[in-house]
Amino acid sequence: MSRSQTLNELKVAFPSLSENESLARLIVSGFVSGLNPMIDELSDVKTAVSEAVTNCIVHGYRNTVGTIKMHLRILEGNELYIRISDKGCGIENIERAMEPLFTSAPDEDRAGLGFTVMESFMDKLSVRSKNGNGTTVTMRKKLESRVK
Amino acid sequence: MKILFDNKNRCLVCLSGEIDHHNASAIRMKIDVAIDSHCPGEVYIDFSGVSFMDSSGIGLVMGRYRILREYGASLFVANCKGSIRKVMQLSGMNRLAKFVDGDFENEFLNSRKGETVNEQVANVK
Ligand SMILES: Nc1ncnc2c1ncn2[C@@H]1O[C@H](COP(=O)(O)OP(=O)(O)OP(=O)(O)O)[C@@H](O)[C@H]1O
Ligand SMILES: [Mg+2]
Repeated sequence: MSRSQTLNELKVAFPSLSENESLARLIVSGFVSGLNPMIDELSDVKTAVSEAVTNCIVHGYRNTVGTIKMHLRILEGNELYIRISDKGCGIENIERAMEPLFTSAPDEDRAGLGFTVMESFMDKLSVRSKNGNGTTVTMRKKLESRVK
Repeated sequence: MKILFDNKNRCLVCLSGEIDHHNASAIRMKIDVAIDSHCPGEVYIDFSGVSFMDSSGIGLVMGRYRILREYGASLFVANCKGSIRKVMQLSGMNRLAKFVDGDFENEFLNSRKGETVNEQVANVK
């Protein structure tokens, strides 16, 4: 990924409790509000963040509570950068995990569409994971600021 | 959320607020109790009051679809607009359930005019 200048930045860490899913959405909404994003862009970003954070809680820290880190940046050219990481169980086979409708938890009413949502709602998605040593999801999206 | 029944053994689930992993299980339990206890022939899940939904909402709808198919009942997904529609479109649910628009709450309430509201409304949060 190209290196662009960072115009604003926020790093937060919170425990993998499900009530923090909505908190993460609120944080990202607040962070990008200065860019004056379109309503549909804002919901795309909130949905992608919700997917990544939920995955840390549901899969990464299954049966335990750990720390989720969220790193937000605004880059030159109205680009939003989001990195969400956990130190949980990791993903054995990333390619398979990213296939639409693949889920390791079908009996819990999971659709297996989290990565598909992140991929289609953001411009770029990259997933790094080490089995047993956590997962990092990085996403980018250029925002069309409304003309004031 | 609100669950209504009309006079034709149909069930209407009016969802509201945000649907994510945190609150999906409570919603799921209420819907499943309504299905189990009334065995409706048709279930409408109405998204008009939903302000946010991620893939947990898709899982919720897919799961109810599977249960209803076993009962031989049909699922209707109602009033998916904007970002909710966008998420739902990724799921391919449109091939499994019928997507409909309309004021179903009014329709259901009118179908049982004269009865007290308490008999119509179940599981109100
Ligand atoms: N942070 C993570 N740690 C460990 N495993 C993960 C993580 N994120 C995703 N996975 C694995 O990748 C699979 C696919 O993830 P994805 O979000 O696409 O679907 P899902 O979470 O199973 O279902 P949905 O997101 O639709 O509720 C998961 O089932 C899980 O096995
Ligand atoms: Mg997921």
